[in-house]
Amino acid sequence: MTDIPTRTAFAGPKDYFALLKPRVMSLVIFTALVGMVAAIAGGATIQPGLGAASLLAIAVGAGASGALNMWWDADIDAVMARTLSRPIPQGLVPKSEAAGFGLLLSALSVALLALASNYVAAGLLAFTIFFYVVIYSMWLKRTTPQNIVIGGAAGALPPVVAWAAASGSAPIDAWILFLIIFLWTPPHFWALALYREGDYARAGVPMMPNVAGEKSTKKQIFGYSLILVIAGVAPYATGLGDVFYLAVSSAFGAGFLMLAWRVLKSPPNSKEAPKQLFAFSILYLFALFAALLAEDLYTLYV
Amino acid sequence: MSETDLSPEEKKRRGQRNVAIALGLTAFIVVVFLVTILKISGNIGASS
Repeated sequence: MTDIPTRTAFAGPKDYFALLKPRVMSLVIFTALVGMVAAIAGGATIQPGLGAASLLAIAVGAGASGALNMWWDADIDAVMARTLSRPIPQGLVPKSEAAGFGLLLSALSVALLALASNYVAAGLLAFTIFFYVVIYSMWLKRTTPQNIVIGGAAGALPPVVAWAAASGSAPIDAWILFLIIFLWTPPHFWALALYREGDYARAGVPMMPNVAGEKSTKKQIFGYSLILVIAGVAPYATGLGDVFYLAVSSAFGAGFLMLAWRVLKSPPNSKEAPKQLFAFSILYLFALFAALLAEDLYTLYV
Repeated sequence: MSETDLSPEEKKRRGQRNVAIALGLTAFIVVVFLVTILKISGNIGASS
């Protein structure tokens, strides 16, 4: 980082906002909203204003872990094309400020969630931040190709946190939402890693393609896709989802498996199939959660 | 860094940062206030 001129005096508010990983934050808000509405459809009650404040706290907590992740991974981010434009590698925000910003927002978000909802939810949010920053970023990311498999738990927790915020507990249905995101993470990130392999290798991050090889990664992507699609229809079995959800989950699940199969059968070093799977995986997760949300809102208001 | 070392552009950015901090703090205070009111009114409603 010594070759990057310090331009910290030029940092504007948007550079600090970028530390919060706004795109990840929007996905967190969405999955948390679905978890909260599902809990309410299941009989939990939370005052709408307190529900909104809880979602805000969860979003800020996610942003805080993003800032702490950028503080810790500044050296990696500076050598990867995908992350080079982040505020710390650009020399706009000093590492120490990102750390302070992340810690402050972590504390405020957990405190706000405790005030707006309950200690179960606040405790789960604190655990989520800890897991993402300490277990994933500091420990697993640079040591094992299972990094994103285990670390995926942090990204999968927001609907559980929101469910707990509304109900004070985390029943099996909340953990089914967790399971869907958890199983979705490996095929999603390995598809990305397959066409960004050089990036991760240069940064020394042991992603599956540059440790176990392309062929093995493709097999594992297909394996995880298979159990993901099965978990994807599980909400119908427990009554969390209804027929509409089953239809959406099955249709998108079939699409997911088809694309994972094409990745498996694609020739070495081809980027097209992994790119398609990566793009579709985002759509898949969005479709499943949107279907659940639509059903729950229909139950609540029609 | 002394005051004279800053270019007009840098001073402008500093001003923007200050405004953002002020707005952030104000927003936090307002949110905590509203949450408190909602909690209290909820508890009053439950006990009466």
